[in-house]
Amino acid sequence: MQRNELNPNNPFLPEPARIVRMYHLTQDVKFFQVRIADMEKALSFKYRPGQFAMVSVLSAGEAPFCISSTPSRPGLLEFCIRKVGTVTNTLFRLKENDIIGLRGPYGNGFPLEKMRDKDIIIVMGGLGVAPLRSVLLYCLDNRDQFRRVILLHGAKRPAEMIFREEFLALNQREDLECYLAVDADDTGKWTENIGVVTTLFPMIKDIDPKNTYSLVCGPPVMYKFVLKELVKLNMPKDQILMTLERRMKCGVGKCGHCAIDYIYTCLDGPVFTYWDVIHMRELI
Amino acid sequence: MRIVKLPKEKLFPFLKVITEKTDLWAPVKKYSDKHVFKEVKDFSQIDLDCTRTILPPKKILLPPSFNMFKASKNNYQEDFSHVSKKILFGVHACDIHGLLIMDRFYSYIYDDPYYSKARENTLILGHSCWPDENCLCKSTNTHIVEEGYDLFFTDLEDLYLVWIGSSRGDDLIRAKPELFDENITDKNIQSFIHWREERDKAFQIEIDFSAMPDLMELKYDDPLWEKLGDVCLACGSCTNVCPTCNCYNVQDRPALGEEFSEIVRCWDACTLENYSEVAGGENFREKRSDRLKLWYTHKLQAFISKYGKPACIGCGRCISTCPVDINVKTVANALDGEKVDSFWNRFHQEVRK
Repeated sequence: MQRNELNPNNPFLPEPARIVRMYHLTQDVKFFQVRIADMEKALSFKYRPGQFAMVSVLSAGEAPFCISSTPSRPGLLEFCIRKVGTVTNTLFRLKENDIIGLRGPYGNGFPLEKMRDKDIIIVMGGLGVAPLRSVLLYCLDNRDQFRRVILLHGAKRPAEMIFREEFLALNQREDLECYLAVDADDTGKWTENIGVVTTLFPMIKDIDPKNTYSLVCGPPVMYKFVLKELVKLNMPKDQILMTLERRMKCGVGKCGHCAIDYIYTCLDGPVFTYWDVIHMRELI
Repeated sequence: MRIVKLPKEKLFPFLKVITEKTDLWAPVKKYSDKHVFKEVKDFSQIDLDCTRTILPPKKILLPPSFNMFKASKNNYQEDFSHVSKKILFGVHACDIHGLLIMDRFYSYIYDDPYYSKARENTLILGHSCWPDENCLCKSTNTHIVEEGYDLFFTDLEDLYLVWIGSSRGDDLIRAKPELFDENITDKNIQSFIHWREERDKAFQIEIDFSAMPDLMELKYDDPLWEKLGDVCLACGSCTNVCPTCNCYNVQDRPALGEEFSEIVRCWDACTLENYSEVAGGENFREKRSDRLKLWYTHKLQAFISKYGKPACIGCGRCISTCPVDINVKTVANALDGEKVDSFWNRFHQEVRK
């Protein structure tokens, strides 16, 4: 496991980081680009897609956020954050150059070594973009390490599509099979697919399930239907990966809040296989 | 391991020598029938007949609430003010097993400095005990202890046999070696064997803990859990008193009119309603039965996959604490085939009266 070495003597000690860029992605989701204030630490910060960091704001508290940037572009860390609670409300009031606390990276992340030379299907819905953008960009930055890369993206409406421009631009790449959908188009200008994300599955042709890894993240209701589709495609259950959310106060397996059965999401997750989900029962 | 002998009348002189520069914590009577670990200056307050303290020694290492940091805008100042040199006397075998589990837990992958610093500064002086109707450490195999203490005192009527468990324990003995006698006689050994036999006979509860992991799995969807959930008050008492419950919450408490916050770490309980609630209101364990299931998974099935074994150390605190009789004993019995209605029946017949 890749350990947090920002402050090896005290894993709870936040490292000052500066917000270098922030803007709205949708009405209630903001993009944060941050840089660890200490230059050396900023450049040596190593993580893998799917890992998360604890972000703290003075007087509000600390919460876990998955890292949306890719380690293949080091130096800056990116998060996409929805305004839902005390910490995120305070984060939204901050400005560029404000200092936040950061520690991590935590969790297992995606098994990139096993995913090498395989087909990759990435299924994202809503805020599920946050962790999967990291692995998507990683695959594209290291395109020679993977076979087909397929992206299925679902959003409620065009205005609620996170990273809309970025994904629409990806659509033009020839080395990516990109399928974008919205549940409903209220703009009249949407030129991509309309329907829930599962309606995109018939568009994927010639799947080689034994040599495919599927990565899923989205709202709870999405899992149920997407998993059904993937099982229908004869995808091995331990090659279906999903990244889950839990309450966390420490990130290092001490506070207990993310316990599921006898595992901890922060140490053994947040990336789990579909087999784990069946086996552990409490996961989704 | 080296074992020496200490005549009983020399216990206080020994304590006096070793506590000249260090605080002594020991069981002290509170109310008519309860005990607590407390800092003691007057040794006569120490009650070694204590069966169990209300709270286990975890409260001394990691207090219910303490500061982790004093934080200002650009600076997090670490605060280790809960750490001080302490001698803990009168710790029973089960509680030492509890500490051993905590030692592994708090050093697993990441070392928790708030625990390890406190632990390094605490000497553990164990003491033998006699089971009451709620003790089940023989079933959990934690009635004997081979490690985790610096000294361990076994009470044999007129003298103590003292096990020296660490180099620091040996230093304590050497502070006044003339109090101790290295010559352990056959008679001493015989009286130890007799004490062990009698003590082992005194246990009133016997539970087959080896069956529990499978029973937990087989009865995962059993109506038993709903029944338990109906009775449970979700008060968190079982968690507070359990030596192997470690969960905590962290709060950022801004000082009024000042430019800093205190980052406070305080005990939490997975049996409380908002324990698994995430921002936005989603609660992964809204039902009391689901929360109880998690608690008992950790106590009876497995405590964090890497440690394998369950975390119950048989101290009986949940038994003597739960107001509605949900505890390791009654849940284990229910898993082992006792009728699920027994909880309500017992509640009406015994608890309510």
